[in-house]
Amino acid sequence: MSGFDRFRTPLKNARGLGSAKDGVHHFVVQRATAIALFFLGLYFVGLAISLIGADYAAACAAVAHPFNAVLLIAFLVTSFWHAQLGLQVIIEDYVHAPILAVTSQLAVRFVCVLATLAGVLAVLRIALGA
Amino acid sequence: MVTSILHRATGVVLSVGSLLIVAALVALAAGPEAWACVTGLAGSWFGQLVLFGWVWTFAFHLLNGVRHLLQDAGWGYAIAQFIRNSWISVIGSFVLTALAWGLVVIRGGAL
Repeated sequence: MSGFDRFRTPLKNARGLGSAKDGVHHFVVQRATAIALFFLGLYFVGLAISLIGADYAAACAAVAHPFNAVLLIAFLVTSFWHAQLGLQVIIEDYVHAPILAVTSQLAVRFVCVLATLAGVLAVLRIALGA
Repeated sequence: MVTSILHRATGVVLSVGSLLIVAALVALAAGPEAWACVTGLAGSWFGQLVLFGWVWTFAFHLLNGVRHLLQDAGWGYAIAQFIRNSWISVIGSFVLTALAWGLVVIRGGAL
């Protein structure tokens, strides 16, 4: 509010900022990733339970199997995508100091992207036997 | 009301849990020594506590997420349905956790 002239009409404040035209994009992607994660999450829990008692070679072989490698990468990407969208809304709702809000939004994005890349690289290294 | 804030709280916890999943995968890629560290931690009482907590957190977020998706589709908005479905999320999450942890115990993964 403080950034706007309080003697202006609301229309004057909004004019020139333009329409975002992607207002529902966040909503749609949050739900699309949710539906994907319903299946991928259950799959991951199943994989983790199936690996109980497996030695190092067996665990590597399981992750290296193309079926598991692809689904694990899908699980990682979708998880952090969904997490970023969810954490974004939580920060928007509870963090109101502008600098802290922007900093935390950026930090969440950076951590989510880096964690995704690290996880995908790890799966690829195991799958490709580097 | 409670399930709504719990959905957020479990979402935050699962975000942190995802970082642990990445750490485990990186350790698996790094070699047998790092992986032994992961399995050692997972087998400790603290690791078991974290894993059990993660399973319930995931189960609740999963079931309550389905509830939210159904509500987004316009279903279950009457107050009676709303309360009933919230209870399904809560009780169902305990049932799912018991099922999953039962499998863990059967496979000899619990302490």
